[in-house]
Amino acid sequence: MSDPIDTMVDQAPLPIDTETKLRRFWRLLKAAPLSVWFSLVVLACYAVLVIFAGVIAPFPETEIVAGSFLPASAEHPMGTDALGRDFLSRMIYAAQNTVLIAIVTTLISFAIGGFLGLLAATVGGWLDQGLGRAVDVLMAIPPLIFALLLLSIFGTSTLNLILIIALVDATRVFRMARAVAMGVVVMEYVEAARLRGEGLLWTVTREVLPNTIAPLMAEFGLRFCFVFLTISALSFLGLGIQPPAADWGTMVRENAALISFGEMTPLYPAAAIGLLTICVNFIVDWLLKISSGLKE
Amino acid sequence: MNSLLRLAGTRLFYGIITLFVVSVVIFFAVELLPGDVAQQILGRDATPETLAALRDRLGLNDPAILRYLSWLHGILQGDLGASLVTGRPISDLVIGRLGNTLFLAAFAAIVAIPLALFLGVMAALYRDTWFDRTINTVTLAAISLPEFFIAYILVLFFSIGFSFQMSGPLAVIAAFVLLALLRGILQARRTGETSGIQLVMAVVFLLILLNGYFRFVPLTTEPMRVLPSLSRMSEDANFGERIFNSILPMLTLVLVTTAYTMRMTRANIVNILSAPYIEMATLKGVPPARIIFWHALPNAWAPIINVVALTLAYLITGVVVVEAVFVYPGLGQLLVDSVAKRDITMVQACCLIFAAAYVLLNMMADIFAIATNPRLLHPK
Repeated sequence: MSDPIDTMVDQAPLPIDTETKLRRFWRLLKAAPLSVWFSLVVLACYAVLVIFAGVIAPFPETEIVAGSFLPASAEHPMGTDALGRDFLSRMIYAAQNTVLIAIVTTLISFAIGGFLGLLAATVGGWLDQGLGRAVDVLMAIPPLIFALLLLSIFGTSTLNLILIIALVDATRVFRMARAVAMGVVVMEYVEAARLRGEGLLWTVTREVLPNTIAPLMAEFGLRFCFVFLTISALSFLGLGIQPPAADWGTMVRENAALISFGEMTPLYPAAAIGLLTICVNFIVDWLLKISSGLKE
Repeated sequence: MNSLLRLAGTRLFYGIITLFVVSVVIFFAVELLPGDVAQQILGRDATPETLAALRDRLGLNDPAILRYLSWLHGILQGDLGASLVTGRPISDLVIGRLGNTLFLAAFAAIVAIPLALFLGVMAALYRDTWFDRTINTVTLAAISLPEFFIAYILVLFFSIGFSFQMSGPLAVIAAFVLLALLRGILQARRTGETSGIQLVMAVVFLLILLNGYFRFVPLTTEPMRVLPSLSRMSEDANFGERIFNSILPMLTLVLVTTAYTMRMTRANIVNILSAPYIEMATLKGVPPARIIFWHALPNAWAPIINVVALTLAYLITGVVVVEAVFVYPGLGQLLVDSVAKRDITMVQACCLIFAAAYVLLNMMADIFAIATNPRLLHPK
């Protein structure tokens, strides 16, 4: 203990402190398992498809270009669908439609659920109790069943779909955000802000939010997967994104008849859905592992 | 014992309250509709006279509270009202469908729950070995896949049969598994725990991969049609036929739920095995079997029951999509059809049944968890 050399070694700055955040992230990334690298590459490919769908796709989204159910050829690498639209182009446009709608839905659900969750934790009292009980009631109904009930009442349109799934999902985000924020609102800096006489909104957005953002980001990935799978399932049931817009779930439904002839084509969109959610899950898993630090 | 009964009673009371509130939500959600149900049905053809007549027939002129009470009264007597579209009583249609759905869910649960518990316990006991890692990766993938994807893959394999085209996709899967195995072997080499099984699996998958290119084993080109890809459940089908017709939907549900349940079981068991009293027992030299059954299991009942309840609850929603794939005449299929037709009273009835099953399952899980808690059996 009293040995001077030991003390000096103890006091030597750890390399981790001198690193910038970017360098540290790069170091962690280099040590990441193969599945994470694979997932990142796949996500990058999806991002390119989503952004440049209009440029990449060889044919327009809804134009009938050939006979129906043509097998794969040089001109149509995946063949054509039931109406004679190019399957590959539909796949690419579907990436844009499905992924963008899922992202927008998740963002809305986080805006509502996240904000209310942080607010409930910060204010406490009757607001917390009231919101908590309301969420309990909504969560007592299975999410897909509740979404179906609301869809039958308001009708199936893309806007309704986004709002309904966002509402159903916001209850889960609320629970999560509230639970995380409960650990933050008891901190001294929140108390200090309160005593300084800062407004409620300021406290929530400037003190509580920045300290809950990391777990919320990881949760965003998981919620995105859930939203994406729910929307795809509803589209597959014919109640989600409405034709003629291309969408992976709808494409499986429209071309499912081909499967009984041993054709793989209708499974490509389903595989595209699965691949995206698997990759997001792998990355979230890894992020959770490195953020939980030495416990693993 | 007294405190046990009191706790269980409280939980039962909350369960019934929740059921009541859920029925309120399901009924009054319809009141959010712009206009009302009568306008919804008539659409553009609505004239003031037809609207008034229809409102009168549907009893829409009464206040919502009164309509809710009579709806609830009917349900408690087994009368779910009449369909908005066909006008026929909902109860007649729902009962047969509900029976089919319960049959499918029970069939899946009987297979999935023991399998998942077994795999979960094994993964927890052999955690951080290649077995655990492989199962972890595979289940994570299975959770991420849409139910209809798994369903159609099963149809391709068991109902349509292999064809030449299957070699390509099989090779892709083989390549993926091979990569995972190679990584596992490299890691194991470093720690010196390479196992023979791993190497054998790697060789098998390498052969499948190469077969995708060289085709030295031509996979059968004849359709096999082993299992039916559509589930026809006629009224007079006997038990064996029912089982046979619902094997593929059952397998789909098993695959989806096993992954989920197994991961939760593993997490729970790992949690219990890391408790101080288990370490104490190990250090005392208690035999492993006695540790598992005498020390760990009494404390594991509550989490295991929770896992089982969650699996059953998951089956309830999973059933909707799976029934649609196999055109299985269950409640989920009825619900989806009714949503498409906007038959709101039918949707309400189906939703109420699904939600009630969900609430009751959660309540029963809580009560069983209370009942098996060893700490509550011996009040201080």
